[in-house]
Amino acid sequence: MIEVKNIKKTYKTGDVEFEAVSDVSFSIKDGEFVAIMGPSGSGKSTLMHILGALDSPTSGIYFLDNKDVSTLSDDELADIRRDKIGFVFQAFNLLPRTTVLRNVMLPLVYAGIHGIKRIERAKKALISSGLDEGHFFHLSNQLSGGQIQRVAIARALVNNPSLILADEPTGNLDSKTGEIVMGTFQKLNEEMGCTIIIITHEQEVAEHADRILFIKDGKLIEDRTTHIKRIIDYEKHNLTI
Amino acid sequence: MKIIDIAQETYSSLSTNKVRSGLTMLGIVIGIASVIAMVSIGNGAKASIQSSIEGLGSNLLTIIPGVVQPGRGIVSSGRGAAQTLKNDDIDVVKTIDGVMAVSPEVSSRFQVVAIGNNTNTTITGVIPDYIAVHNIEIANGSFISDANNRNIGRQAVLGATVATDLFPDQDPLGKTIRIKKVNFTVVGILVAKGGAGFSGPDDMIFVPLSTMQKILSGMDYLSMMAVSVTDKNQMAEVKDLTTNALIEKHNIVEADFSIISQEDILGTLTTVIDTFTLFLAAIASISLLVGGIGIMNMMLTTVTERTKEIGLRKAIGAKRKDINVQFLAEAVMLTFIGGFLGIVLGWLMSFIVTSTGLVATQVSFSSVLLAFGVSAGIGIVFGYYPAHRAGMLNPIDALRYE
Repeated sequence: MIEVKNIKKTYKTGDVEFEAVSDVSFSIKDGEFVAIMGPSGSGKSTLMHILGALDSPTSGIYFLDNKDVSTLSDDELADIRRDKIGFVFQAFNLLPRTTVLRNVMLPLVYAGIHGIKRIERAKKALISSGLDEGHFFHLSNQLSGGQIQRVAIARALVNNPSLILADEPTGNLDSKTGEIVMGTFQKLNEEMGCTIIIITHEQEVAEHADRILFIKDGKLIEDRTTHIKRIIDYEKHNLTI
Repeated sequence: MKIIDIAQETYSSLSTNKVRSGLTMLGIVIGIASVIAMVSIGNGAKASIQSSIEGLGSNLLTIIPGVVQPGRGIVSSGRGAAQTLKNDDIDVVKTIDGVMAVSPEVSSRFQVVAIGNNTNTTITGVIPDYIAVHNIEIANGSFISDANNRNIGRQAVLGATVATDLFPDQDPLGKTIRIKKVNFTVVGILVAKGGAGFSGPDDMIFVPLSTMQKILSGMDYLSMMAVSVTDKNQMAEVKDLTTNALIEKHNIVEADFSIISQEDILGTLTTVIDTFTLFLAAIASISLLVGGIGIMNMMLTTVTERTKEIGLRKAIGAKRKDINVQFLAEAVMLTFIGGFLGIVLGWLMSFIVTSTGLVATQVSFSSVLLAFGVSAGIGIVFGYYPAHRAGMLNPIDALRYE
């Protein structure tokens, strides 16, 4: 599904060359829930940009849905992001002073889905992400952190992507809200079969996934299946927002 | 992106910053309004001068002695200085096909005295045809008659302004005035004609042509001949016939006189006013340019402010073109609304100028159309660079931007 072979990414600052990602290879199957872990500066963000088709690798091959993404032009990459990838950011990045529904509909604007179909799909995505229907017409700046991240997850879901890519999705949340958001990801993965990749530097967050990839100094140093997976106990946390 | 999506995005981003959008728009509003107002004032002035010249008699040819020097125009021709038009020429011109009436005139400035009042004004020696040729009306009494001319009579007809100057609070009819120590009896007063600022009949005293030549000026040449033509479309033809006839009569090779039609005068004045209007419009368009720079400034600020948003849009699949179009649409929308308000304001300004009675302004449809086109054009020109910058942003850098 996702196949990364000998990916390298080098940056040049003047005469100094810096290798942010060196020779990384792995593959991720459909419906897997994977965490990419590493300390800051380890190259995990660069790797995420490549996986998210925001950037192209300097060398190596990246297959997404059996399509080689590593050599595409800017506009072709934009098409890949629109059709195959849903992003969830640490800083949420919702449009300010805009309703929840319009925020979720934004990817559909660029995907050319119009009218009633656009609204229905946005509502469906919001329900899947667990946001209460009473908030659909609230402005994005009237919501709490957990609610905002759910809107962001709905926005990532709305165009039925092959891959949901979350960059430190709990970084700006307190630990309880963070748990709730991770629970949402687990639910999407189990019930809807979404492929999810989470980038994080926190062990606890990573342990919600089925598999953890450790990155250090631009290299993949460990690829292991989670022994004791953290399962969010909905009853215990009283998961309502 | 569909047009309705672009419109929605544009509306929501412009309305988030209402004050800023409004102030930026104001630059365009003022620019467009002043261009429209200036052009309308220019057009109004042109129309009013045209109508007052046509009021002098639109089918009029004026024959003056001497040659109008090219480049110096008719105003500085030193009219009356040359002495080449004689009384004999009147009959020659009268016989030409298409000529309706001929009004030979001699004018000169003299001191005029009435009971206690004193003025210096133009005295014109005329024949009865003057009335028909120059479209004037008698308010009271009668005009100079053929009999007055035959008898070298001492009759005078006063223009409206002269009448009130000399006889502020009595009826001038039948009173005596002294011109160059000769007594004249006032036999008529003219209706005020207004309009024409130069050599208008309001500020003249009319006496018989024979009296003027034999008693007042003591010379037998004419200052000018005004010829009214039967058919307005034959002006050029009659002008040529008259020129040839007079050259033959004077027995010369090159004309020692000039024939001027209304079109010549109009043409000269129109050129002057057009230049003036262009000058005003040029000054006004500077403010339009400044307004455009204001738009560019605001758009550049907006792009910087919304860098993160641009990054997000690109991350979820917006292409370079989509971002470009979105920001260009914002700039064009600003100038479009500004242009529309400017047209309304310009119209209002010219309406106010008209209502003060100075100039009857004319807002031409073409200037409105031009203003609208120019304002939309400014939006595209000054919005292009900021929009291009937004489109070129790298999504990764834009998302990281704080």
